[in-house]
Amino acid sequence: MLLLIQYTLIFASVLVLVALGGCFSEHSGVINIGLEGIMVMGALGGALMMKYLPKGTVAPIMILLVILSSVLVGMFFSLLLGVAAIRFKADQTLVGTALNLLGPAAAVVIVRAINTAENPDNVSSTIAYGQAKKAFIVNFGRFEFNWFMLIAFLLLIASFVVLYKTRFGLRLCACGEHPQAADSVGINVYRMRYAGVLISGALGGLGGLVYITAGVSEWKFENGVAGFGFLALAVMIFGQWKPVNIGLAALLFGLFRALSNVYTGFDALVALKLPSTVYNMLPYIISLVVLVFVSGKSRAPKAEGIPYDKGQR
Amino acid sequence: MNEKPKKKESLIRNSSFQTIIASLLCIILGLLVGYIVLLIINPSGAAGAITAILKNFLYYPSAAAAKKYFGTTLVKASALLMCSLSVLFAYKVGLFNIGAAGQYVVGAGACLYVALKAGLPWYCCLLAAVISAAFVGGISGALKAYFNVNEVISCIMLNWISLYCVNMLLSKVKEQSTPYTKELSSVNKSALIPNAGLDQLFSKNEFVTIGVPLAVIMAILVWVILEKTKFGYELKATGMNKQAAKYCGMREKRNIILTMMISGGLSGFGAAIFYLSGIEQWMVQQTSVPAMGFNGIAAAFLGGLSPIGAIFSSYFIQHITSGGTYVDKTMYCTQISDLISAFIIYLCGFVLFFKLWLNRYLDKRDEKRSAKEKKGGEA
Amino acid sequence: MEQYAIEMKNITKKFPGIIANDHITLQLKKGEIHALLGENGAGKSTLMSVLFGLYQPEEGEIRKDGKKVTINDPNDANALGIGMVHQHFKLVECFSVLDNIILGVETTKGGFLQKEEAKKKVIELSEKYGLFVDPDALVEDITVGMQQRTEILKMLYRDNEILIFDEPTAVLTPQEIQELMNIMKNLAAEGKSILFITHKLGEIMQVADRCTVLRKGKYIGTVEIKDTTPEKLSAMMVGRDVNFVVEKEPANPGKVILDIKDMTVASKHHKKNAVNRVSLQVRQGEIVCIAGIDGNGQTEFVYGLSGLEPLTGGTITMNGEDITHMPIRKRLTSGMSHIPEDRHKHGLVLDFSLEDNLVLQRYFEPQFTNKFGFLRRKEIRNYANRLIGQYDIRSGQGPVTKARSMSGGNQQKAIIARELDKNPDLLVAVQPTRGLDVGAIEHIHKQLVAQRDAGKGVLLVSLELDEVMNVSDRILVMYEGEIVGEFDPKQVTVEELGLYMAGSKRKEAGVS
Repeated sequence: MLLLIQYTLIFASVLVLVALGGCFSEHSGVINIGLEGIMVMGALGGALMMKYLPKGTVAPIMILLVILSSVLVGMFFSLLLGVAAIRFKADQTLVGTALNLLGPAAAVVIVRAINTAENPDNVSSTIAYGQAKKAFIVNFGRFEFNWFMLIAFLLLIASFVVLYKTRFGLRLCACGEHPQAADSVGINVYRMRYAGVLISGALGGLGGLVYITAGVSEWKFENGVAGFGFLALAVMIFGQWKPVNIGLAALLFGLFRALSNVYTGFDALVALKLPSTVYNMLPYIISLVVLVFVSGKSRAPKAEGIPYDKGQR
Repeated sequence: MNEKPKKKESLIRNSSFQTIIASLLCIILGLLVGYIVLLIINPSGAAGAITAILKNFLYYPSAAAAKKYFGTTLVKASALLMCSLSVLFAYKVGLFNIGAAGQYVVGAGACLYVALKAGLPWYCCLLAAVISAAFVGGISGALKAYFNVNEVISCIMLNWISLYCVNMLLSKVKEQSTPYTKELSSVNKSALIPNAGLDQLFSKNEFVTIGVPLAVIMAILVWVILEKTKFGYELKATGMNKQAAKYCGMREKRNIILTMMISGGLSGFGAAIFYLSGIEQWMVQQTSVPAMGFNGIAAAFLGGLSPIGAIFSSYFIQHITSGGTYVDKTMYCTQISDLISAFIIYLCGFVLFFKLWLNRYLDKRDEKRSAKEKKGGEA
Repeated sequence: MEQYAIEMKNITKKFPGIIANDHITLQLKKGEIHALLGENGAGKSTLMSVLFGLYQPEEGEIRKDGKKVTINDPNDANALGIGMVHQHFKLVECFSVLDNIILGVETTKGGFLQKEEAKKKVIELSEKYGLFVDPDALVEDITVGMQQRTEILKMLYRDNEILIFDEPTAVLTPQEIQELMNIMKNLAAEGKSILFITHKLGEIMQVADRCTVLRKGKYIGTVEIKDTTPEKLSAMMVGRDVNFVVEKEPANPGKVILDIKDMTVASKHHKKNAVNRVSLQVRQGEIVCIAGIDGNGQTEFVYGLSGLEPLTGGTITMNGEDITHMPIRKRLTSGMSHIPEDRHKHGLVLDFSLEDNLVLQRYFEPQFTNKFGFLRRKEIRNYANRLIGQYDIRSGQGPVTKARSMSGGNQQKAIIARELDKNPDLLVAVQPTRGLDVGAIEHIHKQLVAQRDAGKGVLLVSLELDEVMNVSDRILVMYEGEIVGEFDPKQVTVEELGLYMAGSKRKEAGVS
């Protein structure tokens, strides 16, 4: 049971972070399908930092640097989407898809290059960070508390405040709803959209880091992040682009993910004889069903996906 | 004397010509980036590696071996072509079929299951693949038509649902000791698509089947449907202006669903000609959707969203992807070609902007020129 | 020399192939209401875009209070105290009125919004100028009139001195128009300078002090309203005396073509019905006109009639056949033609060629599609060439021209050619002259009358009272989704119609 809660919380943390990332991007008017790729790159940034930090680094500094690294890499990578979608008015779905392919490919190429450079016989795409990872974890009895759970929770609250209580949030949402209106009152739509995309890169990158440090102590980058970016999209939609709902949706979907890992510990569930795949599949099915029911009154930002052209009024 | 520059001008203003130029630019830039990455990793072998990627099967000195691997590239390219046809067909109706990947998965699952479990001949397996993939495509279409669910989102969800379902299904027909499905050649030979002598052309590469020419025929068929028929006219009208299509009485809901079904069917067809050639077995523990469908998006856009263009772009993308396996593995990894093709897709996003910019540039130049001529005339 | 609040001098702006503004001068005095009059395409919006820095003029200069200024983008214009109520409101629908007003000029404390003060100021302003609106209501829930007041408050909240109204009355009821006029006068009395862009002469006569007239990109002149008449203004605007009256013989109605009983269509926006139990008939050889202010159910009525929206009640009979549940295609092939309200949304596939657009209603006929489902391209080309000649549709490259690159007038001509050539029994024309110049309007009116004289039934939906009065044989007024009166155009005045359109009068009985 404890294990289930622990897994649920950590998976929910990942989902909340990435879904909030998507939420910021979409509220600014840019659809971010490329979260999966951004996660991989963020994970790579964090993993490399853990790998190269000297052994004796103190935990707080260590945590800070690792987070910073994955956030920065995520932001940098999301800039690819930003430039294409905002400056060059590219099809956002196409570019997002490109990011999803680019992220894992780039990560594998980089990791292998590093591994091969260290040892010509090592052609794996794995980075180990067992030691460094321990800094993120505090054990309360048998419960493994991960600092990221707290961080995710704080960022959730922060997102709520930023979106609804600040000038930045008001302007960001205006750009996603009615960019012409925002422009007419002197808001730089392009800049706000860049901000939205960069925040999604930061949160997505961080989410990637949380994901790879969740259970294991090394990561094989050929596996990418196993669809968590897409699952986060589902969370965002299920949460109807609102931070609080996203938090709840993430908990629910996190629970399913956790169940697929640990359901053998529950006699009732074992008795159902469902393969673990079913639990993996459930979140997607639920989102699909939800989509059918809410699509009529969906609160998706109205102008999302439409490139903004200043000249066109 | 005046005729000649005018002709040249109209060529550069021709939309298809611009598309070709744009696609070539994407390819060149993509390769350039790949080369730079190689240089960064290890400057000494970069030139060799990029040539290896471009040479692909020509890496083999013997003509026979080269031919054999050319055949293999063709088999994979034909599956990719089908996926790209699937993507571009839907795109003509204004739908972004990111679900080609999932439909491909379902097609693979259906044809392998029918082949291995029911022992039916290849055409039945192919039909099963097409129908089931069309069904999955149809779900997205129906959700779009009746509930206005964004097809990108529903396709993404269906991709994963499909993957997990197929993994479950094919677990029933897998080898005891490995996570792979049983080999068709040992369980059900009739399920292998016939070679019709094509294997002989490619140094007895038994995986080269009539699936390869079939894929090309499908591409031409898609082109004919889109350009020459009433159905294609309706689809394009719906894609360009859904409201107008409805206004003049086209059944736009039916068209959306039909399009997604055909689109799905094309992906399923691709999966069938790939897996029923026996070239690969399905790995039932896959945790990510095969890249084939996503690469289909790349091929579709690189081919300028034209079915004929897709034939060339699919081959090219597969060519460099296969070429990636020939890089010097003590220095580089094969994924370098994935990186290149991913970057090419990324660049495809800029094509529209490029065309816009080009036309604007041409307009400006024309204006200047006509202004000059005017001045000359006045003086 | 007099000081002007804003002065645009000799503004010239060229686009490839066209001079949109040719040495235009516009001088706005402090505290006056200045009308800017011109037809569509006269260069009004280009001039405003220059004022807001969206375009840079090739020649000319802008002065504020006598000082030369450069305006590079809308922010510069805002900084100079210039504000504009756009024709299409620039409001974020899911935001509250207050959020919309403060957007861009928010008061913050450490990045956090401080809304209380702002709210106080908004309430003060709205009381001072009589602009009543609930600051906490969501924009999507309030009426169009309130949305416009929100836009005006937006300008006032920014302490703008120069207020520009772009066609502000197009979406309002007569009562709301009256209120707006009063508000404008109040604002001018408080020292604000107002530029009022319109093509409605009556409103100019009522509220403006001076009027500047543009025609085809050229400056025609500026006149004092007290020294002029609507006729003079109109002549300046169109460049000749307009023949407002369409010449036609009296109608000679035959048998009933269209019979609508109790048609009801649900609304997408609110719980009330958009069209509520409407019954009407159209006979052969008559033009029946549905008049009303925009947004009173006309659009939904036509959608219901053409099949774009399902009915929630009632029946439609055309040529004696019940078509209530008939698919759209079937209606269009059994005698109905429909010139849609919005030619870009419904009427044309803009990225199709002209020829493909011309066969949009008949591409499936055996003459254009063979029995294997292949298009007969040659026939389509011949057909298109015939229509292009017959209806004088002008385009750059003939039948292969992309519809998008054609002028609005020629796009409309293409739609009319397509719909009339089907030789319909019933022609449904919705605002067929919207956005066209006077010449094109006359031409289209003649064609409508010609259809009538050929014994067709014509159902015209129009927002333009001139059109309603001149073209129709029978007028039905629609208000809030209901027919509130039927009139003979020869026996009714525009003022009388206005009262019905605004809902202040209605005929309960005798509505056929």
